[in-house]
Amino acid sequence: MGPLVPDIISNEFNFIIAIIVGIGFGFALEQAGFGSTKKLVGLFYGYDFTVLKVFMTAGVTAMVGITILNHLGMLDVSIIYINPTFMWAAIIGGVIMGGGFIIGGFCPGTSVVAAASGKVDGMAFVFGSALGIFAFVEGYPLVKDLMIAENLGDLLVFEMMGISRELFALMMIFVASGIFIGVTQIENKVNNKKTEWLKSSFFKYGVSIGLAVVIVLITMITPTRAELMDKRIDAKLAAGECEPQMMEEDKLAFELMHNYYRYNVIDVRSAEEFKAFHIPTAINIPLEELHKTEYINQVVQNIKTNVFYGANFEQAQRACLVAKYHGRAENFALNCTALEFNEDFFLLTDDQAPDNKVDGETFVFRKSAAQKLKEIGEAVANLDKPVVKKAKRVQGGCS
Amino acid sequence: MSEAPKKYMNPYLAGFFLGFVLLTTIYVSGRGLGASGAIKSFVVKTVETIAPEHASTTNYYINQKQNNPGGPLKSWLVFEVIGVLIGAFLSAVMSNRVMVKIEKGPGVRNGVRIAAAVFGGALFGFGSQLARGCTSGAALSGMAVMSFGGILTMMAIFGMAYAMAYFFRKLWINKAN
Repeated sequence: MGPLVPDIISNEFNFIIAIIVGIGFGFALEQAGFGSTKKLVGLFYGYDFTVLKVFMTAGVTAMVGITILNHLGMLDVSIIYINPTFMWAAIIGGVIMGGGFIIGGFCPGTSVVAAASGKVDGMAFVFGSALGIFAFVEGYPLVKDLMIAENLGDLLVFEMMGISRELFALMMIFVASGIFIGVTQIENKVNNKKTEWLKSSFFKYGVSIGLAVVIVLITMITPTRAELMDKRIDAKLAAGECEPQMMEEDKLAFELMHNYYRYNVIDVRSAEEFKAFHIPTAINIPLEELHKTEYINQVVQNIKTNVFYGANFEQAQRACLVAKYHGRAENFALNCTALEFNEDFFLLTDDQAPDNKVDGETFVFRKSAAQKLKEIGEAVANLDKPVVKKAKRVQGGCS
Repeated sequence: MSEAPKKYMNPYLAGFFLGFVLLTTIYVSGRGLGASGAIKSFVVKTVETIAPEHASTTNYYINQKQNNPGGPLKSWLVFEVIGVLIGAFLSAVMSNRVMVKIEKGPGVRNGVRIAAAVFGGALFGFGSQLARGCTSGAALSGMAVMSFGGILTMMAIFGMAYAMAYFFRKLWINKAN
């Protein structure tokens, strides 16, 4: 499903979305007090930790939200924009920004908010940012090497720590809660106020934190749809049920020669294996991706008969079960592997000709079938292929 | 306008709201929020308008042009920042906080405050380009998607600001002593 751009919402309409989202962003920042420079720097002198509270709450909220959406299969986290990690640029850039924060009293987003509410210092900061960016652009050749040094790619922090996304989200909830308690105490001390833990607010915050924890725990315990599907198929396989209908290789060759348009031949091996050899007219959907929305629609249809084959029988069988799981009952598994098919048809040489008549007929049939299939394969090469919709990672970021 | 400004929202509630906006953005557009990128688009547009020859011979601008065939201002972040201006203004109007003024620490002269804001802005602008994002684009959005680089940048920003806070205290908390 998500992200909705560009398949459900067009790139042009995305600009309208940008304005709407921006309004929400600006509204939230202003309401939080980010338009006031004194509130912002309060964080660094201990008298006002609003920024940290808002920032951490927002980060954790979005983090938990993404974890849930990912778990429910509603957001494809493999294509959303992940800020790439360039070690030195990230650290040095951050250090320079930190200096700018304490001297200027804003960051770019908050200075825009301040400017919108009439703060002259905010406008000055926006102007300054433009100067700094101009300096960067003009001096780009000088910093280019630093900019691209130590490229670690789209590195995710939980992968680096060797834990799951859910566990990291859970940890962050506790870390943030701890920070909130700590900074509230510091804040009150600096402002000479006594820290009081009101029962009512304790309950309110306790419930909110508890809710977040429970949600993440649920995503940790319950299986995703793909896991559930795998589990059920495994159970059926173990029970020995659901033997798929088999399709003889000669039968398939014959049918393809005469009625290729009635068959949906699906190669469930990897793209590389498919490229090396595949049965003519076959389309390639790797087994691990078969259950995804964009592919399953190719399989769950009533016009053609599905014939699955793979590198071994288990792959074809499993593919049949996946298709069946999603509501397509008429599936065939080829009774041989891709390589066997290749050997039996396309790699036949004349010296392999058998000397008895029965096998001889098969041999002649297969030779001619190979020739014919090649022709058909070439003729329909561009006809029946699924539209390769390679989901590209969304472009984003601030640079 | 004689009414007193209203109180700010509860920070956790505001944070939840902000996080929800961020989540919606990622769900709909597949990308996070940002700010400095829009300012860059304006810088590029300005240079292209004022000094077209320079822009057509410098690699950075040529790359920008190739990446944004619709012109530098036709970018997602520019539209988003227009929204930020509208949203912030609406919010400030609703809470009686719109007024032209310079906010600064006690005893700081206006000139000093403005100069510091411009200088700080310049540092922030430069740093944001180096780190591929500012507090919004790299730190907040990066944290939401659990990017290592984003979290690293976030720690660098806040760490450095804390480290320097003592040296610039006169800009903010100098109480007649």
